[in-house]
Amino acid sequence: MSLQVELEQHRNVLIVRLRGELDHHTADVVRFKMEDAILRGRCDHVVLSLKELNFMDSSGLGVILGRYKLVKSRGGKMVVCDAQASVKRLFELSGLFKILSLYESERSALAGLEVVS
Amino acid sequence: MTMTGHNFMKLSFAARSENEGFARVAVAAFVSQLDPTMEQLDEIKTVVSEAVTNAIIHGYDSHPEGVVTLEASIDGDLFALSVKDEGRGIEDLELARQPLYTSRPELERSGMGFTIMENFMDEFEAQSEPAGGTRLTMKKRIESKKALYN
Repeated sequence: MSLQVELEQHRNVLIVRLRGELDHHTADVVRFKMEDAILRGRCDHVVLSLKELNFMDSSGLGVILGRYKLVKSRGGKMVVCDAQASVKRLFELSGLFKILSLYESERSALAGLEVVS
Repeated sequence: MTMTGHNFMKLSFAARSENEGFARVAVAAFVSQLDPTMEQLDEIKTVVSEAVTNAIIHGYDSHPEGVVTLEASIDGDLFALSVKDEGRGIEDLELARQPLYTSRPELERSGMGFTIMENFMDEFEAQSEPAGGTRLTMKKRIESKKALYN
């Protein structure tokens, strides 16, 4: 597959690492895996770690926005870290950074979340 | 300095989501003869993805028997792209172009496709007729990096 989703639980935070290309074709995998982990797990917050996400289009924005709403409805926070320039540009263009904080690394994202938890 | 003359390509493929990645790579390989920057290449791959995804989801309602036709051409430093479907068409083009508007909120569409295409290309035009299909036509000037060195 052209997209890999790696999930890791760190205390009450779910780290989601996306590798490859996130488009309409691969959005369902992200939706199902994240939905399952958020609903079954004991996580309050989500860190989207995008260092190795090489491509994303507006379908990716849609699936991320959908999971943001889910996390927020359960009282949690969702943040983004390590996004490549092209991915960052789409977040900026769509205004998603108004609701999702961007961090340099997973470590700083976790540190940022632990302040609020 | 080598001048690039007229060149074109045309591809038709099944309206299946697997082909979104194929279409991006095909167009990126074609346009690479203009020696675009990484940023320009990312922009072009993104608009191809948006246009092909629109044809599949909105034009054909995800029915894989639909056919998407993609044409690209190069004239000097001008890259042109057209993506066409023979699907249901768009009733209100003005509405479709509004940022964050989507006709299919149940599919978690972000409504950013047209905005992205308009932003990443120099020219953007949409033609559509209800039940007559949609054609998106876009142009972008790619100033060759080679030209800068010479």
